[in-house]
Amino acid sequence: MDDFWILALWALKTWFYLIVCLIMVPAMFGFSLGVSETYMTILVKTLEWATLKIQKVYAEERTLNASSSSSLIEREDGSMEEELEELRRSRPKPPVGGDFTLSDSFYFTRRGIESIVEDEVTQRFSSEELVSWNLLTRTNVDFQYISLRLTLLYGLGIVVRYCILAPLRITLACIGLSWLVIGTSAVGLLPNWRMKFWLSEWVHVMCYRICARGLSATIHYHNRENKPQKGSICVANHTSPIDIVILCNDGCYAMVGQVHGGLMGILQRAMVRSCPHVWFERAEMKDRHLVTKRLRDHVKDKTKLPILIFPEGTCVNNTSVMMFKKGSFEIGATIYPVAIKYDPKFGDAFWNSSKYSMVSYLLRMMTSWALVLNVWYLPAMHQQTGEDAVQFANRVKSAIAHKGGLLDLQWDGGLKRGKVKESFKEEQQKQYSSMVVGNDSGSSD
Amino acid sequence: MGSRASTLLRDEEIEEIKKETGFSNPQSLDFQKIPELAINPLGDRIINAFFPVGEDQVNFRGFMQTLAHFRPIEDNEKSKNAAVSEPLNSRTNKLLFAFRLYDLDRDDKISRDELLQVLRMMVGVNISDDQLGSIADRTIQEADTNGDNSISFTEFIKVLEKVDVEQKMSIRFLH
Repeated sequence: MDDFWILALWALKTWFYLIVCLIMVPAMFGFSLGVSETYMTILVKTLEWATLKIQKVYAEERTLNASSSSSLIEREDGSMEEELEELRRSRPKPPVGGDFTLSDSFYFTRRGIESIVEDEVTQRFSSEELVSWNLLTRTNVDFQYISLRLTLLYGLGIVVRYCILAPLRITLACIGLSWLVIGTSAVGLLPNWRMKFWLSEWVHVMCYRICARGLSATIHYHNRENKPQKGSICVANHTSPIDIVILCNDGCYAMVGQVHGGLMGILQRAMVRSCPHVWFERAEMKDRHLVTKRLRDHVKDKTKLPILIFPEGTCVNNTSVMMFKKGSFEIGATIYPVAIKYDPKFGDAFWNSSKYSMVSYLLRMMTSWALVLNVWYLPAMHQQTGEDAVQFANRVKSAIAHKGGLLDLQWDGGLKRGKVKESFKEEQQKQYSSMVVGNDSGSSD
Repeated sequence: MGSRASTLLRDEEIEEIKKETGFSNPQSLDFQKIPELAINPLGDRIINAFFPVGEDQVNFRGFMQTLAHFRPIEDNEKSKNAAVSEPLNSRTNKLLFAFRLYDLDRDDKISRDELLQVLRMMVGVNISDDQLGSIADRTIQEADTNGDNSISFTEFIKVLEKVDVEQKMSIRFLH
């Protein structure tokens, strides 16, 4: 019995030292030993082989549709005017009394049914459907038995992911987080020398690098010359809390957010000791002027780090960018947009907060194959004269969507939980009314 | 009015539904969460069309049957569905769907009041009561052939005989 415990302890110690040397130290100093690269190449080859296998089987069963569009129905893009004109073509326009026919309702009916079958918004709040299966149970929508080899591979994948990768990653994550707390508190104790800023940055980046290794994240940064400068605001599209780890791997940012209790609270308090972040009490969040003022003060101080903000306000599934809230665009600072796009083949990074809690989400992340993503730094944007905050926000949003290959939507991310505003319906009604009576009265709407 | 669709699906049911309606891929949903539907002026009427008279729950089969009205009409369908009395997506059935949108109390007649209510839904507050009333009157006048001051289904069909219903009330699925 004793021998067993000694052996177990010894194994644990070796495991720990291995991790420290092979993963932590390179992570801390930013170079790589090439292990993860090899892992990724093997993974890519395996998934490609699996995809080909699956496609071969399906090609025999049905004709592969050439279009890679993931939409269910074909939508006619005519505007309300065009469609109603077509509907009314069949009868002459009545001389007086408003232009209405019973067939006008067809337009609204069809639009309504189309939106029931497939609408642009609700599909953004659930994970993206993959074109072909990537050997993870969770993306398995249409499982059919294809071949013995594939199933074996899938089984092997489960073993590898849960028994080898997951414990490794969890260990790394724990080390990373505890180091973050210890390191930042330690730096916070130093007096305000120049060294302090440099040290605090180094500690932050190091810890985030360890965390990133803890997720097997392979990040490709593009256009790093556009990295956010001090005293500015960095905006990005939001897919999951991991976005923060990703961005902070490559630079230091000041965070904005609510004060939490528990583990998050400890992290927040530790981080703020070494360099200033902007944490709000829950009550303060409601006061928009207070929020704006504090952000403005932070930005004015050119020695402070750039603020990281996610204007969508909620997590979206990385196929589109939803409406940006205008609050951060009213401050008048320089905006550095950043586009983040995850590669869904290796793991689904979207946090569906209504379905998974934070902990189960992190566990899912740690049992995916890997996390591969691209980060594009876009050149700085300023609010132009004559442009109000909403237009500016939309301009930035389009730039991000365009760069990341995401769909640019006008809908509010808050629709995940709340109802849509009545004013949109009223707009439609107004437009329709002008088609019914507008022609008659001769006045333009 | 409840708006959850309950899903009681078994494989045999799916097969049956496939045969009846011609669809093949099930989904489940909560109507009021669809923003595009919420801002549609006729959204409430459309949602209402899914629920059978007097009930506040629709199951999957009922849902698909309603949706089936919007399948495009194809000629080769006629020979396949010889057993079914008339396919759900025939021109007549499509028109019946539209008729029911206006016929609020389901008495198979569109009265002036019902027409006014639906018109009001579509135009919101932008048109006065008087104007709306005269539009409704004129519409009924044109359609009503038997003088009962309301539009029956046959009269409805006659008025819309020149409209390309097949195209306007159909949704093309891409798979």
